[in-house]
Amino acid sequence: MPFGNTHNQLKMSYSADQEFPDLSKHNNHMAKILTPEMYANLRDKETPSGFTVDDVIQTGVDNPGHPFIMTVGCVAGDEETYEVFKELLDPVIEDRHGGYKPSDKHKTDINPENLQGGDDLDPNYVLSSRVRTGRSVRGFCLPPHCSRGERRAIEDLSIQSLDILDGDLKGTYYALKNMTDDEQQQLIDDHFLFDKPVSPLLLSSGMARDWPDGRGIWHNDNKTFLVWVNEEDHLRVISMQKGGNMKEVFNRFCTGLTKIESLFKDRGHEFMWNEHLGYVLTCPSNLGTGLRAGVHVKIPNVSKHEQFGEVLKRLRLQKRGTGGVDTAAVGGVFDISNADRLGFSEVELVQMVVDGVRLLVDMEKRLEAGQAIDDLMPEQK
Amino acid sequence: MASSFTRILAGRNPAVLLAGLGAGTAAVGFLLSESGALSAESKRSLYPPSADFPDLRKHNNCMAAALTPAIYAKLRDRVTPHNWTLDQSIQTGVDNPGHPFIKTVGCVAGDEESYEVFAELLDPIIKDRHNGYDPKTMKHPTDLDASKISNAVFDEKYVLSSRVRTGRSIRGLSLPPACSRSERREVERVVVTALGGLKGELSGRYYSLGDMTDSEQQQLIDDHFLFDKPISPLLTCAFMARDWPDARGIWHNNEKNFLIWINEEDHTRVISMEKGGNMKRVFERFCSGLKQVEQLIHERGWEFMWNERLGYILTCPSNLGTGLRAGVHVRLPNLSKDTRFSKMLDNLRLQKRGTGGVDTAATGDTFDISNNDRLGKSEVELVQMLVDGVNYLIECEKKLEKGQDIKVPSPVTQFKK
Repeated sequence: MPFGNTHNQLKMSYSADQEFPDLSKHNNHMAKILTPEMYANLRDKETPSGFTVDDVIQTGVDNPGHPFIMTVGCVAGDEETYEVFKELLDPVIEDRHGGYKPSDKHKTDINPENLQGGDDLDPNYVLSSRVRTGRSVRGFCLPPHCSRGERRAIEDLSIQSLDILDGDLKGTYYALKNMTDDEQQQLIDDHFLFDKPVSPLLLSSGMARDWPDGRGIWHNDNKTFLVWVNEEDHLRVISMQKGGNMKEVFNRFCTGLTKIESLFKDRGHEFMWNEHLGYVLTCPSNLGTGLRAGVHVKIPNVSKHEQFGEVLKRLRLQKRGTGGVDTAAVGGVFDISNADRLGFSEVELVQMVVDGVRLLVDMEKRLEAGQAIDDLMPEQK
Repeated sequence: MASSFTRILAGRNPAVLLAGLGAGTAAVGFLLSESGALSAESKRSLYPPSADFPDLRKHNNCMAAALTPAIYAKLRDRVTPHNWTLDQSIQTGVDNPGHPFIKTVGCVAGDEESYEVFAELLDPIIKDRHNGYDPKTMKHPTDLDASKISNAVFDEKYVLSSRVRTGRSIRGLSLPPACSRSERREVERVVVTALGGLKGELSGRYYSLGDMTDSEQQQLIDDHFLFDKPISPLLTCAFMARDWPDARGIWHNNEKNFLIWINEEDHTRVISMEKGGNMKRVFERFCSGLKQVEQLIHERGWEFMWNERLGYILTCPSNLGTGLRAGVHVRLPNLSKDTRFSKMLDNLRLQKRGTGGVDTAATGDTFDISNNDRLGKSEVELVQMLVDGVNYLIECEKKLEKGQDIKVPSPVTQFKK
């Protein structure tokens, strides 16, 4: 909630045990890690803007999770959350990001020249390619905690900067609250429009407050580069196009991001970043690169193979339905993307997707021809 | 707390300074927190009330009608003794623009003191919602003497069930939008302990939402007693569903005609209900039960939130005063099709709902008919108005059955100003 530690003083008159949430039916990272002792240590702390441990964990308390799907169960309200509440968040990060330690350093690499290949994925199988990440503007509270004034300031900054982009990146901003019906329909048809979150994971953390104030979508005229403003993060940056030319998608992604970063700097603002956590975002699951590079790929045969899950695991990839997270695949078409976010650079992650998808397509072709794929089984990356 | 560093920062855009420091490490976070540049206090001055004023141009609720930039500027930085703020009170009204036909309230109280600390906003809302009731000049009458009710046994050919509900809040503890887990658990403990002292036809037991078995849950559903996690955004945006189902539960007596909800939208909702048309008995049990519960919590040093201007204090300003909704499920197959039906209800100060409660549609010809008003008239007055109104509607139904004509009654008077 905006500014100021509105509840903590009152809660301190109750003991930590009286306040400790009932997590007995919960299955999320926060519930696995939070102990009564840890809670007792953290409950009297707050970040400078007043975010408390109860604010961090509310979404995880309200959403017990699922026996099969491990959600994170906590969010940051500002950059300092990751410092002030490290006792909780470091183990959550370690658990979620494959053993990433508090002393580890994350490398950032958004130089698209470092990507090998990626312009050669077979478009008969790879229907579309996409790379997304998020960025937070330093000095502002994050979506769970920001006030209306802050959110609007982020929107203004974004509009000012994005308006300057030119060439292939020249585009227009559509504020959610001012959109005409036609504009809205077009954005839906283009698969660009984001709507008010319905997921209780997001609602419980306070991210949907004041909707649609300060929210909007910017995209270039070519409809290949897109920025969401004030949805789950300050900015979500997306590069996408039909077909399998991931190299081109990644080029545009890096060029666009670099330009946007410098335009923000011109206005006296930088992105939240540090050498341990990389880019700082609202959800601990998106730290590091915040990057999800993926394709929609037709793999009806591979996906039915008994080793499909194992192959994905070794390639460090994950599958989703074509509607995005928590949807089912339709017609053998899967969304295949990198599973990692932190501890690998952007180039490394996109390389994994490019190499992995190339292999999956090869496997698909073999299976189509009735041949085996045992010799194609990859090593664990 | 101002250091020379803070004074330097106060005059400059802190973000420019950050960039100038070549900030790239988490250590900068600490630097800034000591300097206070990102602190709550400095944010309040970086963002004056005008920067935070909500966009209410598409809104139709009582809060949006009453909140002006001047009121917001005055109240934004105040906190109640429980540290509840104006922004938290109005969040539900900002998030839910409302409906052109249905005017929702658009704000909630986080504690008893909200009604004082934010009176500049809440008094006009109360006036708007409660037919001109002015909390600054008027007093609200409380009367739970059920013996004063007459003609309250309805013809069961028409009235299928009778019900009276209200809410009560425990003084000293924050309300559902604001309460911490321990406060909510304390409400549960205080109320459940008190209810354990009820005897005779009121003795019963408590079912905690988190601990109930599947068969207990099914039984409560079949009895129409169970409340579930709120899904209405009006409630979820007001932070009432936090930590669900912790410290929520249902208590009912063994006879299954007296029921208390704990920590749903209010600390407690108290319900007396029966099949059939004996509203007199329903109200008698209601009053007797309420008095006994109040006595039992007094014995342990607690009391209900109440004052002379606003009566019983509840979370939503719409439930102030009596918090009372007395209603029946009544069959009115002919009358409900008459074009004068709505006008009759208006004049009788009654409202119709579907048989699933608020925001549901009627099934067949059976309606939930209840009192409109909550504040400015006592419990006895409101129940008598409901009784007189339902009797009139049944008379009209009987006349229409016989092919006779009916009259729209004159409007019932408002409270005396």
